[in-house]
Amino acid sequence: MDLLFYISTFVAVAATVLAITRYHPVHALLYLVVSFLAVALIFLSLGTPFIAVMEVIVYAGAIIVLFIFVVMMLNLGKDTAQQEKHWLRPKVWVGPTLLILVLLFEMIVLIAGTPNPTMNISMVDPHQVSLSLFGKYIIALELVGFLLMAGIVGAAHIGKQKKKSLHRFLKDAQT
Amino acid sequence: MLISVEVMLNAAGLAFIAAGAKWQQPDGQVMFLFILAMAAAEVSIGLALVLQIYHQHKTLDVDRLTALKDEPLSGAE
Repeated sequence: MDLLFYISTFVAVAATVLAITRYHPVHALLYLVVSFLAVALIFLSLGTPFIAVMEVIVYAGAIIVLFIFVVMMLNLGKDTAQQEKHWLRPKVWVGPTLLILVLLFEMIVLIAGTPNPTMNISMVDPHQVSLSLFGKYIIALELVGFLLMAGIVGAAHIGKQKKKSLHRFLKDAQT
Repeated sequence: MLISVEVMLNAAGLAFIAAGAKWQQPDGQVMFLFILAMAAAEVSIGLALVLQIYHQHKTLDVDRLTALKDEPLSGAE
C-alpha cells in the first residue's frame, strides 16, 4: 500500500502546483478539486478514514461549490456563455481528468483488492477522536461554534446588496 | 488568493494528521476538524467580500482598490 500513498502524494503535489499556476480561476478550481481528492486519499492511507470523508464532503464539496458559485456569479456580462465555453475547452479539462483517473484507479484497487489501505499504521479511530473532542477540547469546540456563527452572520451582512456605498453618517455630513 | 489560502490550510491540516498518525494521538484529527471549520468560515467571509468589492468597484483587480473610504477619488478609477 505504500505505492498507493506515493502515487496519491505525487498527484496531490502535481495538482496543487498546476492549480496555483493557472491564470483563470475556473482552471485553478478544476485542479484544486483533484488536489483535495488526492489529499483525501493520503488521509485514507494515513489511517484516518473519517478525516478523508470530511475532506471530500467539506473541502471538495462545500468550499469548491462556493468558489464555483461566486466565480459563475461574478461573470454576468453579455458574453459570459461564450467566455465559459472558451474556458472549458477540451484542452483545459484533459489535465484534471487524467489526474482524477489515476485517483479512480487507486480507489478501484482499494475497493477490489486488499482490505487494509493503511501503511501498517495502527489507526486512531473516530471514537477516540470524539472523546477527545468533547472532553479535553470542549472549550475549543465551543469557540469553533462561535466562529462559525460569526462567519454566517458576517457573510450575510457583508453580502447584502447595498445600493449606497456611503456610510450614513458621511452621507448626512455631505447633505 | 483565496484558493492559495485554501491550499495552505489544507497543508496545515495534512501536517496535523500526519503528526497525529505518527504519535498515535487523536489531537491531530481534532485540530484538523478545527481547521476545517475555520476554513469554511473564512471562505464564506472572503467570498462575500469579493462579491461586495465587485459590486461596488466593478473590478477585482486589487491594485485598483486604493481607497479605504468610499469617495470618488480621481486616481481610483
